Amino acid sequence: MTSSSPWFLSIRDLDKSYGEFRALRSIDLDIRRGEFVCFLGPSGCGKTTLLRAIAGLEPQDSGRIEMEGRDVSHAAPSDRDFGIVFQSYALFPNLTVAENVGYGLVNRRQPARAIAERVEELLALVGLPDQGRKYPVQLSGGQQQRVALARALATAPGLLLLDEPLSALDAKVRLRLRDEIRSLQQRLGVTTVMVTHDQEEALAMADRIVVMNNGAVEQVGTPEEIYRRPATPFVADFVGHMTFLDAVVTGPGTVRVDDLDLQVANAGSFPSGTAVRLAMRPEEVRTRSITEETPNCFEATIGDVTFLGSFCRAHLQPTRSRTTRIAADFSANAMRDLAIAPGEIRRIAFPPEALHVFAGAAR
Amino acid sequence: MSDAVQEVPLTGSLVAPRPLRIGERQVGATLVLALCAILVLIIGLPLWALLSKSVENTEGHFVGLANFVTYATTPTLVASLVNSLFVAATTTALVIPLAFAYAYALCRSRIPGKGLFYAAAMVPVFAPSLLSGLALIYVFGNQGLLKSWLMGASLYGPVGVIAAESLYCFPHAMLIMVTALALSDGRLREAAEALGTSRWRIFRTITLPAARYGVISASFVVFTLVITDFGIPKVIGGQFSVLATDAYRQVVGQQNFPMGAVVGIILLVPAVIAFFIDRAAQKRQSAMLSARAVPYSPKPERRRDTVLLILVSLVAFTIVAPYAIAVWGSFVRYWPYNLSLTLNNYDFSTVEPSGWEPYRNSLMLAGLTAIIGTTLIFCGAYLVEKLKAVPHLRAFAHFLAMLPMAVPGLVLGLGYVFFYNAIWNPLGFLYGTLAILVINTIAHFYTVGHITALTSLKQIDSEFEAVSASLKVPFWTTFRRVTAPICMPAILDIAVYVFVNAMTTVSAVIFLYGADTKLASIAIVHMDEAGAVASAAGMATVIMLTAIAVKLLHIALDRLVFGRLQRWRQR
Repeated sequence: MTSSSPWFLSIRDLDKSYGEFRALRSIDLDIRRGEFVCFLGPSGCGKTTLLRAIAGLEPQDSGRIEMEGRDVSHAAPSDRDFGIVFQSYALFPNLTVAENVGYGLVNRRQPARAIAERVEELLALVGLPDQGRKYPVQLSGGQQQRVALARALATAPGLLLLDEPLSALDAKVRLRLRDEIRSLQQRLGVTTVMVTHDQEEALAMADRIVVMNNGAVEQVGTPEEIYRRPATPFVADFVGHMTFLDAVVTGPGTVRVDDLDLQVANAGSFPSGTAVRLAMRPEEVRTRSITEETPNCFEATIGDVTFLGSFCRAHLQPTRSRTTRIAADFSANAMRDLAIAPGEIRRIAFPPEALHVFAGAAR
Repeated sequence: MSDAVQEVPLTGSLVAPRPLRIGERQVGATLVLALCAILVLIIGLPLWALLSKSVENTEGHFVGLANFVTYATTPTLVASLVNSLFVAATTTALVIPLAFAYAYALCRSRIPGKGLFYAAAMVPVFAPSLLSGLALIYVFGNQGLLKSWLMGASLYGPVGVIAAESLYCFPHAMLIMVTALALSDGRLREAAEALGTSRWRIFRTITLPAARYGVISASFVVFTLVITDFGIPKVIGGQFSVLATDAYRQVVGQQNFPMGAVVGIILLVPAVIAFFIDRAAQKRQSAMLSARAVPYSPKPERRRDTVLLILVSLVAFTIVAPYAIAVWGSFVRYWPYNLSLTLNNYDFSTVEPSGWEPYRNSLMLAGLTAIIGTTLIFCGAYLVEKLKAVPHLRAFAHFLAMLPMAVPGLVLGLGYVFFYNAIWNPLGFLYGTLAILVINTIAHFYTVGHITALTSLKQIDSEFEAVSASLKVPFWTTFRRVTAPICMPAILDIAVYVFVNAMTTVSAVIFLYGADTKLASIAIVHMDEAGAVASAAGMATVIMLTAIAVKLLHIALDRLVFGRLQRWRQR
């Protein structure tokens, strides 16, 4: 491969085990130049291991990693071109903020003035001008994380690696920093890989999300693809909320759940009689402008309702089915307009294009 | 953000990454290899020499276990073994309950002057072990002030040895107990109190079990200290021979190296057992304490505090008084007949040809050991803990670093004699020089320093090396700029620990000193042998004051380091 390859980073068939535990199972992944990619998954899914393998901090057992067309599979971390930010920030506590940011510059025999200018520039970039003389302990968590970011960007690396950079922060700071990191990344155009277990963070920040589970990649796609067209039940369940129902395929584009016959837009190629799992997001349940022609409409009893601030989550039971329970989200508006309350019976509908069909019966 | 910010280059034009000329991995692997080589040379091979010497005859031929058989069938040698076991067991039985009560008072009561009592109990740590023997001679010896209190029994023998060993071992036992008691969970006690549990039952069901491992660990430490101590039996033992004095007599007196080696190995047995029990106990101890445990803060309680205050005062007095009397004695013209004060006893040249020279040697030894030893120990611990390269070699280095803990000084000294004195050894030229004393002392006290360094290194963010690598900064730069400065308090701790021990140790170096490198602690033994007890006490006093001064300097420096140089620790 040459540097004209469209991919900035290419990973082929990466494997890693800790004793019996397989941390990474033949990972294949390509990342474009300038892209913001999130590795998303539950703890222990291998996302951090993959990040550390890319950095060379925990070398893989087998497989190949190419950066800008260069095979770095066996290169030491210092021979790879990346900057990294850790959850713990890993700021050097005995050095000032400026010394921390300039840490990687001092080693490059730059004149002191050029370093000082660059440090100022970087501190301004992360919104901490004039804080250079403080020690890390004198800064808040969010400020410390910005310093760590400035330090990682100081050497203008080709690749920025973020290992759960926001999970040690309060919710408010996390939201703000999330936007700042994203806009900074877009402005600099630096290829970025971020590890997170927070699906909201991944959806909000990433160009593409790599959903991982049990050391393997479950799905790679844009946030919208991941959310709207989850490739596996795991992705469907992990990203956003999802109601799963046991169903049987009754014909092309139709399935049956208990006594309910439902139309499905993307039924896959399951033959009739196959047991499948039907999945739907709570916010897809329709309650307004339902007519006799609306497909998949039926009456349901409203069960318990949980107040969640801007919306409420209700559990619905179709009147014709004893065992099926469906989660549905209603905005505060809908709650008021439709007078939704426990025990009421309402007509609801499942849009055919909102129903996902996965192989296999219940777990 | 401002316009200037937009000019930040997208990719590295300002700072093009340059490839490192030397591979970090290779440097790391080479350093670990060098560390292993050093540790093999200063710890591994001497011990190996001891083991192999014990299965050779005096001509150097392999004789299997013949030496051990000879030992077991020589009544005088077996008698020493019995004596040693008796003295060690009795001292342990005496010291452990007292140390426990003392530590209990310091941790679990509201008695006043805790800092002072703590310092009083620590006095023996700063003196050579034989000063406690000299002190007892001043009080209960043939010319002792309170000789009549012994009611005709002789101090020179088991009585004196046990009493002196008890003084010497007390702080070691107390320190372990304080750690064990300080680690207990206050919530358990409060829960028990809320349930109306009686005080005695709380003590029996909560306090004791929590401190159990501390008691076990301290018992073995005391037992090992006593059985391997050379100075006290030498000074106060009289005709009462123990293993340690036997080893000295066999090697130095009779040049019977194989038999010396056999005694050394016998001494190794309790030390090795103690080592493993201590490690097991520590594991259990830390497992008992959850991360959410709340330290116990005692409430005032008149009766308990009074009883404990009386007890602690008595013990502290018993410890400090003999040392004070020994110091006083060193200034007295002719004990106990002419108690006028003089500095004559400090003119060591009248009793010891080399005069003050041994003290200067000791200072040199302690200084060099502190500087070289601390550097080696800390850098070694860094390589073991923070590097990723050559994991098996690092594990091997760690194993070697942990060995000296299980090896009494006397045994290590014997190993050095056998290894560095061997005809075939090209390093033989070191024998009798200050260098070998430094090397031996570093090895002797390596483990505690190693553990201190590891503990401090483990507390540092483990990602510093990863961050440095990503910034293309080699690990040695980060070590110099970040790791070592952060660990400065621990480095100071190690240096002071090594210095104080180098000043006071007798057991290992007694085999290794040469005509020009006699140490102060050894001069004490010789002056005592020559009957110049006052000068011996004088030299011991000088050592003790030096050690205490260094400790005080340490405390002051620690404040300075924390206060000024380590400004970054404060918010």
